[in-house]
Amino acid sequence: MHRRLGLKDDEHERIVATLGRDPRPAELAMYGAMWSEHCSYKSSKIHLKTLPTEGAAVLVGPGQDAGAVDVGDGWAAVFKMESHSHPSAIEPYQGAATGVGGIVRDIISMGARPVALLDPLLFGPLTQERNRWLLEGVVAGIGGYGNCIGVPTVGGEIHFAEPHSANPSVNVMCVGLARAEDLVTSASLTAHAGSLMVLYGASTGRDGIGGVSVLASATLDEGSAAARPSVQIGDPFAEKLLIEASLELIERGLLEGLQDLGGAGITCAVSESAARAGMGADLDLDAVPLREPGMAPFEILTSESQERMLAIVHPSRLDAVTAVCERWGLGTAVIATLTRGGTLAVTHDGSVVAEVPARSLTDDGPEYDRPREPRAAVAGEDPTFAPFDGDPWSALLAVLAAPNVASKRWVFEQYDSIVQGQTVAGAGSDAAVIRVPGTLKGLALSADGKGRFGALDPYLGAAHAVAEAARNVAVTGARPLAITNCMNFGNPERPPVMWEFVESIRGMSDACIALDTPVTGGNVSFYNESADSAIWPTPVIGMLGLLEDYRLRVPTGFPRPGLSIYLLGETFAELGGSEFAEAVLGVVAGRPPALDLAKEAALHRLLVAAAAQDLLASAHDPSEGGLAVALVEAAIEGGHGFAVTLAGDLPSHVTLFSESASRAVVSVAAEREAELLEAAAAHGVPVARLGETGGSAVLFDGLFETSVGALREVYESAIPRLLGEDEAPA
Amino acid sequence: MTVGLPRIGVITFPGSLDDRDALNAVATMGGTGVPLWHGDHDLLGVDAVILPGGFSYGDYLRCGAIAGHAPIMDEVRSFAERGGPVLGICNGFQILCESGLLPGALIRNRSLRFVCREVTLRVETAQSVITADLTPGETVAVPIKHGEGAFMARPDELARVRDQGLAVFRYAGPDGVVDDAHNPNGALENIAGIRNEAGNVVGLMPHPEHAVDPDVGPTGGQPLFASLLAAALAGAGA
Repeated sequence: MHRRLGLKDDEHERIVATLGRDPRPAELAMYGAMWSEHCSYKSSKIHLKTLPTEGAAVLVGPGQDAGAVDVGDGWAAVFKMESHSHPSAIEPYQGAATGVGGIVRDIISMGARPVALLDPLLFGPLTQERNRWLLEGVVAGIGGYGNCIGVPTVGGEIHFAEPHSANPSVNVMCVGLARAEDLVTSASLTAHAGSLMVLYGASTGRDGIGGVSVLASATLDEGSAAARPSVQIGDPFAEKLLIEASLELIERGLLEGLQDLGGAGITCAVSESAARAGMGADLDLDAVPLREPGMAPFEILTSESQERMLAIVHPSRLDAVTAVCERWGLGTAVIATLTRGGTLAVTHDGSVVAEVPARSLTDDGPEYDRPREPRAAVAGEDPTFAPFDGDPWSALLAVLAAPNVASKRWVFEQYDSIVQGQTVAGAGSDAAVIRVPGTLKGLALSADGKGRFGALDPYLGAAHAVAEAARNVAVTGARPLAITNCMNFGNPERPPVMWEFVESIRGMSDACIALDTPVTGGNVSFYNESADSAIWPTPVIGMLGLLEDYRLRVPTGFPRPGLSIYLLGETFAELGGSEFAEAVLGVVAGRPPALDLAKEAALHRLLVAAAAQDLLASAHDPSEGGLAVALVEAAIEGGHGFAVTLAGDLPSHVTLFSESASRAVVSVAAEREAELLEAAAAHGVPVARLGETGGSAVLFDGLFETSVGALREVYESAIPRLLGEDEAPA
Repeated sequence: MTVGLPRIGVITFPGSLDDRDALNAVATMGGTGVPLWHGDHDLLGVDAVILPGGFSYGDYLRCGAIAGHAPIMDEVRSFAERGGPVLGICNGFQILCESGLLPGALIRNRSLRFVCREVTLRVETAQSVITADLTPGETVAVPIKHGEGAFMARPDELARVRDQGLAVFRYAGPDGVVDDAHNPNGALENIAGIRNEAGNVVGLMPHPEHAVDPDVGPTGGQPLFASLLAAALAGAGA
């Protein structure tokens, strides 16, 4: 039976040894859920411990429901990213919707009001009908849930790659704000023996059972449709009420602890809350409000019904807590009491159905150092040296129309990006910028990570993801502060996948140290593979940065004619893993661009300093598609054309499409050019003048001339065409 | 009774989302925002009432259907009958139609998708509490964000809308031309907002409360709020 719950034989033996006897059925179900890969991180824990997690601004690191950083003026930004990829592969709307629900609850359980959502997504090519179905469903689900709870979806990204055809990656990041002194952590609030555990929110049904053990911790194969009952169903209206009730409970100081219910439902929430407080609990399943009669103990214990929270309440405050929940239309039930001793004792119908040490479910679970073995290098000649005699104009159109590059308007217009009234910059900007109410501060948020570089070199792929996320934040003028992350990988029981994971952790670690952006938490999603095809190693990085004055935020697009365009940083001959190589040459091969983290850090410092002096009229990261794409995007976004002359000895297609790191395309008023040159010299960043903004034409001197309008048409129509729609919206 | 700043009530229903944003817009435009609760029978003596955007009651049954039966709607009806200014934004517009305070209904966007984008509205009449400061033919830029925003009406209702000039705003291009290419949701005759005969009750799908702060968006909502606050002040104490 333990195998049906996803437990291996040696894990079963370990349970027997811990309990000193054979486990009861309900206990097996609890271990099956808590020791699943998704909940226990058993294959990744020892490696995650090597990540840099400390920094001057970090208030809460990994280990709580979300991370938190100090953003000044007494405010804490709380943020985390999670995956919900396996449910989304089966049932894209609900999988994505409940992914949003889950991450939002992680934020409110820290005492923070959710203020932004970002969604980095990866799908297979849109030429396949199933991938179109998945994209449409996931986007509808994110919008359907997110729009209904009053949290703006302000950013994210979408990439397409063949290995994601059967395994979409749905990662969701949520950011919240709290007064630093109000943060809810196991350190900030004291739970007492005898305090009550109150379940509030929705009732408990049979949805989502096996969500973590069966669905999220195993590969997908032909029987997957049968796993549909394991997909949770979301109710965003209930979530909105949950948000308001929870924040009111915290504001009134009524709680000793707060935890959201997610993977492994009641078992996880009760055991984690008790273990964090150094205690045990007496849990009575008869007290749990049920959605349907006749639910077995293991079902109640592992149900993943959504929109439920667990509060730890001193008995003297129970009436006040109930009153707040009732006012918001939410049911409450006292389901457990905290006890000394550390044992989680569960009763149902008058009998004891489980009695286990709480810690053995949470912290004392298995930890594996799985074998790893370097994966074979990707075959193929490096496209950097492939002769290319095509014309640069057609190449530009092909790259601009490539789904990874083309406008995602079809997607982001399905999201409410303006509710709460604080969105200074949303989609179309390198990083989203939202204001911190009552201050002049802005938070800059970016989520980045595509697998292509990781496919070629997992260490570099992960380092690039961190660098790109920080660069996207820095071009807006914000100082990158810290990251959350979601590690999307294949089956860790296969040595090459485990090797990719460890290499990615190494790359992420080195980049975070060099860029001073510690890891505050995150999520690991393994088993993203079917048959023998695994996704590329895809660490997705959620970067949070700080703008001291949001009014000094630097836009992405050219804002006016008559500005001087400069390239900060240097372009090298590096087409390995580039959009050009894939879209025009049809290959994914070679080495990713080099990454000099010292140069990257210097670029960020220059961008932040220049923004603080109001020196830059615009700034854009050229890493996706290269310099030509960045210039065109800036023209389309700002509404102004340009004329540039690209000097240098490299072949023109290399200059246009190389994806060298540590660069930024900026525009500056003519009378301030000298200041820019001085600032660049002071920071040791190479700088080259490219040309000027203005007019409706786009001129690459010596190569071709076109118009902003023609390019905009190609850029905006690509994705709608692939989805079988004409480009006119609505 | 009221002297000084006009007091504008904003009703929070379970699931209201842009209530805080409406209160902030009122304050930005020089009024006093007064939070009102759906379960109370008290408008707290406000000079105007806003039903804000959101997904009240989760859009269960039909958008705005359940909110129409909330206790506070009794007071909103009496207030409207006495000529008090009532503004329904997005979900608020849906609630006013479901309550019978405005003709017509809002149905699903013809694209079948939620759409969040900035639109241009052409002012159709100055005979309403939110367009008194404007001139017919003028345009304002305001964002929309909805999945069920296509205005529909039965033939007899549509005849009334036409005959009595009840359309307040129509979706238009940047040059003010009303055409299908600039209709974001399939609304009948590009209608974005309507008024009652007296002009004191107005409903519109676009969000003027998200168009008063130049740092975060367009400012087409400023003249709408200015008109509303002036109407509120004029009627204050009535």
